[in-house]
Amino acid sequence: MTPLLRFDRVALRRGGRLLFEGLGLALGPGERLQVTGPNGSGKSSLIRLAAGLLREDRGCVERVKLALADDALALDRELPLRRALMFWNGAVDRSMEALGLTHLADVGVRLLSSGQAKRATLARVAASDAPLWLLDEPLNALDSESTDRLARVIEAHLASGGAVLAASHQPLPGEWPRLELGL
Amino acid sequence: MIGALILRGMRRGFTGAAWLPVAFFLLIATLMPFAVGPDARLLGRIGAGTLWIAALTAALLPIERLVEPDRADGVLDQLALHGMAEESVATAKIIAHWLTFAPLLLIAAVPASALLAMDGAGLARTEIALAIGTPALAALAVAVAALTAGLPRAGSLAGLLLLPLAVPVLIFGASVSGGGGNSALLLESATSMVLLAGSPFVTAAAIRATRT
Repeated sequence: MTPLLRFDRVALRRGGRLLFEGLGLALGPGERLQVTGPNGSGKSSLIRLAAGLLREDRGCVERVKLALADDALALDRELPLRRALMFWNGAVDRSMEALGLTHLADVGVRLLSSGQAKRATLARVAASDAPLWLLDEPLNALDSESTDRLARVIEAHLASGGAVLAASHQPLPGEWPRLELGL
Repeated sequence: MIGALILRGMRRGFTGAAWLPVAFFLLIATLMPFAVGPDARLLGRIGAGTLWIAALTAALLPIERLVEPDRADGVLDQLALHGMAEESVATAKIIAHWLTFAPLLLIAAVPASALLAMDGAGLARTEIALAIGTPALAALAVAVAALTAGLPRAGSLAGLLLLPLAVPVLIFGASVSGGGGNSALLLESATSMVLLAGSPFVTAAAIRATRT
């Protein structure tokens, strides 16, 4: 079984500060992992490193095609939500439905509340065909109903052989193995 | 994907303030007769140079909207995750920027040349020179926009960076407009090509360097 994401003795330094070193992890199909730790412990940096947007200082990172949802919206604010999502992926209807965004399809992205915007970034990830999902603080601004929706979307993705790496300082719904940073 | 990105750049350009650089271009052409007086012979002599300065400043206007919004909003990151090389992103941005400002500028050059009392031959030469030179201006604008993305007061810094780099195009372009002949045309084309070929790589390196 080849892992979808593998860290091999990885070290990352940001602004002269060593965030972690000798970090190893592997995520296979159907596996999930939550990265936890206090503010500034390097959760987001680890996600960006996994995405290939940062370069590791030592060690090596291997990854398959992935999708990322972080704080950045990356949707054109002047467009209606559905068209903005369709820039990234043609088939968005099912993921919009799954995250309860169908009734917002024609609403301009600039008018979305922060919780709706967060769901939109999650819908972009859910609409992609990438087997590996990277979620940075996926629960930020989500209400309890949206949290349940996200949990169902994640379960479905794992059941279809995908993998999820999520960084969050609060407990995620379901059983998540944890990787604690900043100890 | 690159086609979608070009279309997106044009849509954002035109729904933004695409008329602003053109209005600025015409404004400078309008102000010139007031500043130097209505002597048609003098205006005809300096007309071509005036249009070039106007084109240069017009290319500079939208520079803050070219790269920075996409960087701040994570669009550049998402494009990288979708497997698009930064060089392709840069090329798409250059093409989209050129398409949003250059054709309008070439049209606006017609009334502007009348305001500056230029003759038909002078206008024709200027149109050719602008058509060759504006891709280089677009390429420079995108590269400088990427280099200054995320910096405070990026707009004024971008002007300081871009204007010296644009001097070769300005010299040869204005020379073509002023009747410099074949060698000026070749030199302008060569400078334009160099800037156009180099800009995607500079832009891509700058985009990668802004990732934190």
